[in-house]
Formats: sequence, structure tokens, C-alpha cells
Amino acid sequence: MAITVISLAIHNNLFSVVMLSSLFSFLMATVFVTLDAVDVAMTEASVGAGISTVLFLSSLYLVNKNEIKSTKKNIFPIVLSIIIGIFLIWGVLGLPAFGDPSAVIHQYVAPRYLLNGLSETGVPNIVTSILASYRGFDTFGEVVVIFTAGVGLMALLKSEKRKKIKRTSNEK
Amino acid sequence: MKNDPIPRVIAKLFIPFILVFAFYVQFHGDFGPGGGFQAGVIFSGGIILYSLIFGVTITKNLLPAILVEIMAAIGVLLFGLVGIICMLMGGEFLNYSVLLEDAVSGQHLGIFLIELGVFITVSSVMLKLFYLFASRSKKL
Repeated sequence: MAITVISLAIHNNLFSVVMLSSLFSFLMATVFVTLDAVDVAMTEASVGAGISTVLFLSSLYLVNKNEIKSTKKNIFPIVLSIIIGIFLIWGVLGLPAFGDPSAVIHQYVAPRYLLNGLSETGVPNIVTSILASYRGFDTFGEVVVIFTAGVGLMALLKSEKRKKIKRTSNEK
Repeated sequence: MKNDPIPRVIAKLFIPFILVFAFYVQFHGDFGPGGGFQAGVIFSGGIILYSLIFGVTITKNLLPAILVEIMAAIGVLLFGLVGIICMLMGGEFLNYSVLLEDAVSGQHLGIFLIELGVFITVSSVMLKLFYLFASRSKKL
């Protein structure tokens, strides 16, 4: 994974960058599988490696294949990202150990979901029962977000097309 | 890519299985990993593969752009409508237990319906995004 990320940063050819990010998503999915988060792994594999790669490739049709190098060297972004990375790693050190049953997050509502999920919803997959039933409102918001993103893109890409048509008709 | 035999044959072999797998993920989401979101993405992936091989115009005859737009809204409306029906039947918003007499089967029906709504919205939004990108490039 580290090799993938480093070569992602180094490569200039956008096609290979897209392929490498797809590869990274697949590796991420395998990491999720080893963490027993099969639902998340499935989402990562289908969205990260599948659909977004196709969308990137179809947008590559519209732009040049090679990245344009910026003319001036700027050291500030790399310094900023390293500092933020250090802070994030520092924050991860404060988290409870992985799978620790006495962690705060496992004390609040999780035991209730695990104990009563099957008898209350009749759905053996705990993830689905939480996602669809206990956290139904969140999922509704999620779906609305996807819908809004779609509508926003429709508005962006379609209106430009219309403007172009108007412009060409005015020129004529 | 219409005239390349290898991608065409491979796509013809794989697309039915991709679509069936999408429905398996959708309806088996209660018992195994998966659900509306993943199923929607896999389904639209199958359709996108079809349109990459056989051309976007043929796919648009199969699934017109306007139908895809309407379906995206229908999914959200179905989700919201289930919530509102729950309210009308005396429960809270999205409390599916009141949908049927038996609370557990009511939950089952509610989860089935909202997963269907998620599936419809996600698959049509993803497909619409692909249509939008494809309509801007001349090669596809």
C-alpha cells in the first residue's frame, strides 16, 4: 500500500494515477476484510475501485493525459500535510486498543443493538439492522446527499452545454 | 470497442452475472454483507460496462436519461414515504414496527422498502453521472 501511495504521488501520467488509486482502493478493501468489516469492504471495492475509476477514466477523455507541472516550487503544502499527518498519528495513539470491549464506544448503545437486533428487527445482519432501522434517519440523509450530488452535477454539466449552444447560436 | 471481439464476448458473459449479483447483494443484504448502496453501485457498474462496450446511445435507448433522472427522485421519495406512512400509522418517522401487525415483520418490510429506495437512487445517480460525463466526450 505504501508503494502504491508513493508512486501515486510521483507519477505524472494521469491514466496510471487513476489505475493506482483503483489499486489502492482494492488494497483498502482487503484491509477492511481483515478487520471483519465486510460491508465496508464491499462498498470500498465497488465504489472506490469500480465506479470512481470509471468516472475518472471518462473524465480523462475530456482532459490531457499528462499532469501539467506547476512552474513555481511551493514547499508550504508538503510541510502542512506532514504537520497534519503528525497530529493525526498523535490522535490515533490516544484511541482505545482495537477490539477493546471496555472502550467507551462499546458501552453506550452497541450492546443493545447486538443483543436485541435480531429479535427486534428480524434481520441477522447487524450492519443492515443498524443502518436501515436504528439509524434509518441517518441513512435517509445519506440517500438525500447522493441525490443532491447527482442533481448538482446535472445542473453544472447540463447548463454549460446549454450556454454553449446559446453562444454558438449568437455567434451565428 | 464494439468491434473488438474479446471485450465484447467477455462483457456479454459477465454482464448478466453482474446484474444478478447486484440483485443478490440487494435482497440478501439482510442476511449477509451488502445492501442497497452496494447493490446500486454494482448494478450501475454492470450497465456502465455495457455502455462502454456497445456505446452510450444504445444504452440510452434501453434506459433513457429522463427515466434515470426520475428514478433518482423516486428512490428518495420511496424512502421518505415509508417514513411518513410510519408516522401516519401511529409510530415515529421511520419506525417500521407499526407497518404490519407483527412488529418484527413490519421491521422486515420497512427495511426491504428503504433498501429498495436506496438501490434505486444510488444506481440511477451513478448511471446519470456516467451519462453526463459521456455526453461531454465525443469518443464514447
